[in-house]
Amino acid sequence: MSEKFTAKVWVLGDDIDTDIIIPTEYLALKTVEDMKPYAFSPLRPELAGQIQPGDIIVAGKNFGCGSSREQAPEIIKALGIRCVVAKSFARIFFRNAINNGLLLIENPNIQEAVKEGDQVEVEINHCIRTADGEFPIASLPQNLVDIINAGGLVKAMRKRNGLD
Amino acid sequence: MGYTIIEKIIQKNTGLDSVKAGDIVNVNVDRVMIHDIFIPFVADKFEEMGFQKLWDPDKVVLIYDHLVPASQIDDTRHFQKGNAFAEKYGLKNVHRSDGICHQLMTEAGYVKPGNVVFGTDSHTTTYGCVGAFSSGIGYTEMASILGTGILWVKVPETIRVNIEGELPSNVTSKDIILRLIGDLGADGATYKALEFSGSTIENMSVASRMTMSNMAIEAGAKCALFSPDEKTAEYCEITLTDIEKDLIGDADASYVRVINYRAEDFVPVLACPSQVDNIKPASELIGTKIDQVFIGSCTNGRLEDLMCAAKILKGKKVSPFVKLIITPASRKIYRQALANGTLQTLSEAGAIITHPGCGLCCGRTGGILTDGERVVATNNRNFLGRMGTSKVEIYLASPATAAAAAVAGEIVVPQ
Amino acid sequence: MGMTMAEKIIACAAGVEQAKAGEIHTVELDRLMSNDGTTHLTIDMYNKLKNPHISDISKLVWIVDHNIPSDSPKTAASHKKMRDFARANNITFYEGEGVCHQVMMEKHVRPGELIFGADSHTCAYGALGAFGTGVGCTDYLYAMVTGTSWVMVPETLRFNLTGKLPEGSYARDLILTIIGQIGANGANYKCMEFAGEGLSTLSMSDRISICNLCVEAGAKTALMEVDEVAQEYLNQRGREPKALFFSDDDAEFAQVYDIDLSKIVPIVAKPHFVDNVVPAAECAGTKIDEAFLGSCNNGRLEDLRVGASIIRGKKVHPLVRFLVVPASREVYQAAMEEGLIDIFMEAGAIVMNPNCSVCWGSCQGVIGENEVLISTGTRNFKGRAGHRNSYVYLANAATVTASAITGEITTADMLV
Repeated sequence: MSEKFTAKVWVLGDDIDTDIIIPTEYLALKTVEDMKPYAFSPLRPELAGQIQPGDIIVAGKNFGCGSSREQAPEIIKALGIRCVVAKSFARIFFRNAINNGLLLIENPNIQEAVKEGDQVEVEINHCIRTADGEFPIASLPQNLVDIINAGGLVKAMRKRNGLD
Repeated sequence: MGYTIIEKIIQKNTGLDSVKAGDIVNVNVDRVMIHDIFIPFVADKFEEMGFQKLWDPDKVVLIYDHLVPASQIDDTRHFQKGNAFAEKYGLKNVHRSDGICHQLMTEAGYVKPGNVVFGTDSHTTTYGCVGAFSSGIGYTEMASILGTGILWVKVPETIRVNIEGELPSNVTSKDIILRLIGDLGADGATYKALEFSGSTIENMSVASRMTMSNMAIEAGAKCALFSPDEKTAEYCEITLTDIEKDLIGDADASYVRVINYRAEDFVPVLACPSQVDNIKPASELIGTKIDQVFIGSCTNGRLEDLMCAAKILKGKKVSPFVKLIITPASRKIYRQALANGTLQTLSEAGAIITHPGCGLCCGRTGGILTDGERVVATNNRNFLGRMGTSKVEIYLASPATAAAAAVAGEIVVPQ
Repeated sequence: MGMTMAEKIIACAAGVEQAKAGEIHTVELDRLMSNDGTTHLTIDMYNKLKNPHISDISKLVWIVDHNIPSDSPKTAASHKKMRDFARANNITFYEGEGVCHQVMMEKHVRPGELIFGADSHTCAYGALGAFGTGVGCTDYLYAMVTGTSWVMVPETLRFNLTGKLPEGSYARDLILTIIGQIGANGANYKCMEFAGEGLSTLSMSDRISICNLCVEAGAKTALMEVDEVAQEYLNQRGREPKALFFSDDDAEFAQVYDIDLSKIVPIVAKPHFVDNVVPAAECAGTKIDEAFLGSCNNGRLEDLRVGASIIRGKKVHPLVRFLVVPASREVYQAAMEEGLIDIFMEAGAIVMNPNCSVCWGSCQGVIGENEVLISTGTRNFKGRAGHRNSYVYLANAATVTASAITGEITTADMLV
C-alpha cells in the first residue's frame, strides 16, 4: 500500500446500503466478478461500468449499512476502487472491508468539499488534499493495522496455520 | 462502578476481571450461524485459510432459508456446497427447510442468555431478545471463527432505552422499534449496544422483544439486549442461573445515552420509502393506495403476529386486486398457526400462505414487485430495490397495520 | 351417420346440425381462459389492434398461477400488466387461487362447452365433458375480440375402460401407460375419448388427471361422458351443464382401444419424454434431490391423501427437498381441515401456496445442474424443471412420496 496517491472521485450520498451496493437478486451468482456489473444498480445502474481502477468513492454517513454481505466490500474492491472515504461506516461493512484489505477512511467534511470527477490526493494516516485544502484523517487501531499488514484475514489465518 | 449488560456478558465470557466500553478483547464464541447464501463463501475461505477441522462442530449451525424454495437455476448449488461441507467436517446442526435462521436459533434452543453468538447475517442481533450478545459478521470472519472459536470485538458503549407504561391496543413492539430508529437515525447506534428496560418491556412477550432486537441493526447497533426474566426462561426452557439473572444494566453503569419513553405516547407508525428511519405515523399516511401486503420475516412472522393479522382479517376479505402474502417464520410457527386455526382464517380472507423462509424480505422470490407498485410489509428493510425494482415503494409496519391495509387496500390506522 | 362427442360439441358451437372429423367450422366459444404464462403478450398484441374491443367480457377468465408469488421484477411487471388490464376491463381475475385448470374445474367449466385456454393442459376440462383445447396468444386474441374461432373437427380415439384400478395404481399410471402405448404424438390433432364401465370407478380427480395429460400424446382435446360422478361434482358447486353430449353408437372412431384398468401398474416416465415409460419398479434405486407432489395433474385432495397416508409418522430424507403444492385454495383449505398439511409439515416437507412452480421449473423448487427430480407434474422435457442438465422422472403421488422418504426412486409397496 503506497503512502500517497492521487485519484478521481465518485460522489455518493448518505446511507448507501448493502442492497444498493449489491442487490440480493445477484448474491447467488458464482463469483464476485459475475456480480460486479450490478454494483450500485438500484441507485446508479451505469456506475459500475464507469468506475476505473484507482478511483475512489466519497460518500456521506452510514456507508454500507444493512446486510452482512461481504460481497459488498469485495465488489467495491474488485471494481478497482482504491478507498472509500465517508462521514461514517456501518460496523459490519467496516469489519468486512478491513478483512478484505479495502481501505476505508472516515472524514466528516470531505463529502461537501468535493464534486464528482475531482482529483484528490490521499495520504494514508495523514490527510486528503483537494483543490481547496487539506482534510486530516485519523489512523487505524493497531489490531486492524495488523490484519491489513498481513494482507487481510485469510492471509493472517494462513500464516497462523503455517501455510505462508 | 457498575456494568452494562454487554459489559457483563463479555466479562463472563472472557474471564476478565473488568471490561469497559472501548476495550478490544477476544471473545470465546458459544455458537455461530451460517445461512445458505453465504455457506459456499465460508467453506471456500475456511479451506483457503488452511484449517483442517471445525473448532467445535456442535457449536456451528447451518440453516437454509434465503434460497428456500430455490427460485433460480444456481440456487441449489448452495445446498450442495453446504451439504458437502457438513458431511466433510461432521456438522450435525443443519436445517434445510425449517424456517428463518434467526427464528430457529432461539426457537430450536441454540442460543441461551449470556451466550456470545455470531452469524453471517446482519439481523443476528435478534438473539439479544433472550439476553445473548449476538451480532452479524462477514463470511471471512466466520471462516476464522470456525477454525479458532474466537473473535476480536470492541466492547460497545450502550444506549439505554427505558419504556414505562401500557401500550395502546393498536400498537405493537414493531411500532416502538420503528419510532426508536426514527429518533436515533439509521446510524444513531452504530458501534453501540442498545439495552431495553422498563415496565413495558417487562410485560412484553419474548416474540415481541425479538422484533425489536432484530431491527436494532437498522439503527446501526452492534447488539440489542433484553435482560433475561421468567418469560425468557420459559421460552428457552431453562431455569435462570444467578449469573443469568444478573444480566441487568446496573444503576451506576456508564451509558452513553439514556432515552425514556412513555408507552402511552406510541402510535402506529410506518417506515416510508426508502430508509428505515423515515418514520411517519399511520394517521399521516391514510389513503395511500397499496398493491401488496407482506406479513412475515424474522421481524414479524411469529405466531402472535399471524394471530394479530388473523384477528383483523377474520370474516373479511383482502381488498380486490391487492395481494396479501403471509410467510410464517418457521415450520413450528406454521404448525402452531395451523393447529389454532389462524392459517385457515388467513386463507379464507384470501391470503397467499407460503412455506417459511426469507423469500420476499431478502428480495429473492415470494412476491417481488415492479415499477410503480407499493407494498406494506412487516419485515425489517425498505431499501431501494430490496423487493424488486428501485421504483417499488416499501412501507414497513406492524402486522396490525399491515393486515388493516390489506383489507382497506390503502394505509389506515389499525383499530 | 352418428357423431362423436367432439363432433357434437363443435356442431353445437358452430350452430350446425352435423359436424364431421376433418371439417373446419367457425365456432362460438363459451369460455376463454388465460394465465400469466402468456397473457402479457396477448395484451401487447391487443393494444396494437386498430379498434380493440372484447366481444364478451363474461367469457374471459384470467388466472395468475404460474409464478405466484412473483420471483422477479420481470414476472411482477407481467402480472401487473395483466392485473391492470383485468381491472380496467372488468375481467374475471384470480391471483393466487390455484393452478388455472383446477380453478376452472372448480368454478367455471360446464359440460358441453367449447373452451379455449392459452395453456396446453386445457384439455383437462374433458373430465366434465367440455371440449377444452390449448391455443397460442394469437388464436386467443382473435377469440377474445370476436368471440369466435375456427376449429378443425378432430378424429376421435376411443378408449373403452373396463375393470377397476388395483390398489397402489392410480389414474396417472393409466394415462402414462396409454401415452407409452400410443406415443407422444399418437393422438396429434385428435380427441381422446374415454368411456366404458371402468370410467364410473374413477373419481373426478382421477378424470381430471387423465384428461389433463392427454396433450402429452399430442391430443387436441380429451372427453369423458358426464355421469353421476360428474353430475355430483357440478351439483356441489351449483352449476348446470350447457348440454350433455354422448357419442352415438354408430359414431365413427379413428381407432378404438380396450383398456383393462386392473392390469395397470405404477409407472414412471423417464427423462426426457413423457412416453418414455417403464414400470416404476424398474427405476428403483435412482437417487433423487427433489420430489414434487402437486400441479394441475396431481395436486388435488385425493393426491394429497395418498401422499399423507404414506408419509404419516415418517420423515422426508434429509438431503431431499419435498415440495407439496396443493392445486388450489379450495384444496389447501380442505387439506388443512383433514390434517394433511400438518402431516406433510411434520414430516419435513416444504408446503407451498397453490401454483404451478416446480411443474414448469420456475418461481420455486427450481432444480440445479445434474439434479434429479421425481414429480407428479405434467412434463419431463429436458431442462423443464431448471438447469438444462437435470433430470425429471414423472410418477404417481405414492411413488413420489415414497421416494421423498428414501431419497431414491421407491414405489410405495417397497417401503417398510
